[in-house]
Amino acid sequence: MSDPQCKALLTAVNLTKRFGGLAANQGVNLSLERGKLHALLGPNGAGKSTCINMLSGDLPLSEGRILYEGHDISRLTAHQRSRIGIGRSYQRTNIFPQFTVFENCRLAAQSRQQRAWKIFSSAAVDFAPEKERAMAAIEETGLRDRCSRQAGTLSHGEQRQLEIAMVLATQAQVLLLDEPLAGMGSEESAKMVELLRRLRASHAILLVEHDMDAVFSVADTITVMVNGVVLESGSPLQIRASADVQRAYLGHEGSFHV
Amino acid sequence: MNFPYSLWSKLILLAALLAFPALDMPFYAELVAKTLLFGLFAMSLGLLVGYTGLASLGHAAYFGIATYVVALMTPGYEAASFWLTFPAAVLISAASALVVGLFVLRTKGIYFIMVTLAFAQMAFYLFHDTALGGGSDGIYLNARPDATLFGSKLIDLDKPLHLYYLIVLVLVLGYLFLQRILQSPFGRVLAGIKSNEHRMRSMGYPTFRYKLAAFTIAGGIAGAAGYLYAVLFGFITPELLSWHHSADVLLMVILGGMGSLGGAFAGAVAFIAMQEIFSSFTKHWQLVMGVVIVVVVLFLPGGLVAIPRRARAAFFGGASDE
Amino acid sequence: MDFYSFLIQVLNSIQYGLLLFLVASGLTLVFGIMGIINLAHGAFYMVGAYLAFGLTSLTGSFVLSILLGIPLMLVIGALLEWALFSFLYERDHLEQVLLTYGLILIFEELRSLIAGDDVHGVAAPGWLSASIPLGDTMSYPVYRLVISGACILLAAGLFFLIQKTRLGMLIRAGSHDRDMVQSLGFNINLIYRTVFALGVALAAFAGMLAAPVSSVFPGMGGQVLIVSFVIVVIGGIGSVWGALFAALLVGFADTFGKVFVPDFSGVIVYVLMAAVLLWRPEGIFSKK
Repeated sequence: MSDPQCKALLTAVNLTKRFGGLAANQGVNLSLERGKLHALLGPNGAGKSTCINMLSGDLPLSEGRILYEGHDISRLTAHQRSRIGIGRSYQRTNIFPQFTVFENCRLAAQSRQQRAWKIFSSAAVDFAPEKERAMAAIEETGLRDRCSRQAGTLSHGEQRQLEIAMVLATQAQVLLLDEPLAGMGSEESAKMVELLRRLRASHAILLVEHDMDAVFSVADTITVMVNGVVLESGSPLQIRASADVQRAYLGHEGSFHV
Repeated sequence: MNFPYSLWSKLILLAALLAFPALDMPFYAELVAKTLLFGLFAMSLGLLVGYTGLASLGHAAYFGIATYVVALMTPGYEAASFWLTFPAAVLISAASALVVGLFVLRTKGIYFIMVTLAFAQMAFYLFHDTALGGGSDGIYLNARPDATLFGSKLIDLDKPLHLYYLIVLVLVLGYLFLQRILQSPFGRVLAGIKSNEHRMRSMGYPTFRYKLAAFTIAGGIAGAAGYLYAVLFGFITPELLSWHHSADVLLMVILGGMGSLGGAFAGAVAFIAMQEIFSSFTKHWQLVMGVVIVVVVLFLPGGLVAIPRRARAAFFGGASDE
Repeated sequence: MDFYSFLIQVLNSIQYGLLLFLVASGLTLVFGIMGIINLAHGAFYMVGAYLAFGLTSLTGSFVLSILLGIPLMLVIGALLEWALFSFLYERDHLEQVLLTYGLILIFEELRSLIAGDDVHGVAAPGWLSASIPLGDTMSYPVYRLVISGACILLAAGLFFLIQKTRLGMLIRAGSHDRDMVQSLGFNINLIYRTVFALGVALAAFAGMLAAPVSSVFPGMGGQVLIVSFVIVVIGGIGSVWGALFAALLVGFADTFGKVFVPDFSGVIVYVLMAAVLLWRPEGIFSKK
């Protein structure tokens, strides 16, 4: 009955998060399918960060459920979700600055296997599969030239690319990307959008972004949030034409002018 | 071209240690032996503090527990078996660390420092206030463990020479073991945890388990050092578990610079050397020690191990931190 | 135990708890607001006690020694902050631990040099050394009640300061966002210096108050330090209410523990802490 290609990989039902009396998220529904990129938009304070934090396990839910391949994963911790294939990149660069680019990705790749407990082997020599996966992720994100540089010395844009590379190295199926284009120049943004387009084919992606051009060129579905609730959700055409959405963005900087 | 200073200096040091007894200086022999086992103790804490980023202020508890284990396992004046007591001491220390770790690793940062301190105090009071080990007076190890193997008394721990070489052996084995760990995938995870634990969890690592493993291993190795201390000196008091003792070994690690095992060892040497030198010219040597510590912290971040690097940088130019 | 014995233990618990509160409140404030772990905090308690001893011997009046001692400690606290602690704000906790441990060594040896290693007694002022009779056979020293009273007054003053005054508001704001307070034009360094000096003076005052009751001896700083840490852990860093609650809890646990299980009384406080850790690792009243 369900075509595996179209089946929703990750579904969020009635996501709600309350901080004291304030509802940062209320009744949010989302679904992510393999081969599709779902963008999450909204002005600052709309609750996008809270939403993505709940999906990745960084924040517990007040109400609602999250289903992954049909199973309820609402109670799983962040590390458990990563193990089952949900990867997350961060808005504020969250890498290992003292390690090289390669080591950042190798460590990410290493997380996939239980043999990490092996104390008596050398990380540098053994574990070829991890090294391969790390290099593949580095290639994919275009960081090959920077492979042996210390991550903290990379430019901002390169660090954002590294963020993505690390998630890819963990072989995540679902990619939760939190503002990957933040602070990027136009050339770097274009490269990143290209990357997203390539990744879309084989992953289910949730993209939180402010860069409208990027979003409209790569998203299959767009959900707009305002004040913690979903204002509207649909195809890019639909969202662009929506009067409600226009109104929500009026008066905000970087607002709606696609 | 990188001259392997590191490897050569270690080999030279090892050769010196092995040849030392030939100099026939019995007073210094005890001091050197003590320095070696404290070096092991400091390295075990270096694994925790320097590599995993776990600043424990209660590490002496595991050192002290091992001393009591060997003393309590030696009833009366009859020597217990080394092959029984040594593993027992190490395992019991490790097990204690495991149990304490289950509690303290639930906390982070400043809380972690404080609770490790408090748990160590608990252990201190357990030995100090109860009749478990002679109370505040401490107890004697009446007979050194018997290292008879298959009926042959090849190693006789009552002979200072044999004991000395045993200590060197345990130090070298401990160092190699720790080096192995640090270079292994497990060790890389520990480094990752120190750098950015949140990201490690986000990437799928159950970081609590790794930290607990590191804590337990460090406890076991501290126990090995403690065992050797008990065999060397023969007198055990609850003070060995006190927070002052924990602060001393933490100092050794920080003094030496936290980036390497060699640094921790160097810190131990420096600390004991300072203790000996300062106490030889004043009763109030702790005052001098305190001033040195304050000065080192304020003006020498990176510890003593950073001195060569900074000196080279000062002479040859270029950045002193890389 | 009969009623009056019980009452005495209760009063002792409250008195001990309140003294601990004075010490712990300084520790939790300095940590909560400035992010500094100060191992030398117990040394201030000791210095206070030794000051009480020294000044009372000099002036003949316990009250006068307190009146002289407090301002002195405030000045010393401010100087210490300016000369040393202000460099610790940007450093990591390990370096703070190390430096303040060095300070302990310095303080202890200075104490040894100046006042020797003997145990000293300090006499409470004559007009306070009476005892209130309890029942037929027992009595309770008035001075101990005075200690509790003084601590309660101070606690009330502290709460008032933090909740109702502008300085208190700045202190609370500074703990959340140091840069914001600075950009609003307030001198954050002065605020920090004040908080630190206050913490030092509180600990010293506790030491002075305690001197007639506990005597003045070399190890007193270390003892009170560890217990203060436990209190801060139980109550939650930065929470003065938490420190009060935890201090009283510890006061009762320790006092009654000595009565019922004297062999294990030293351990009780830590068992308490372990229990709290299992339930709420961030402290009972923690805001984080």
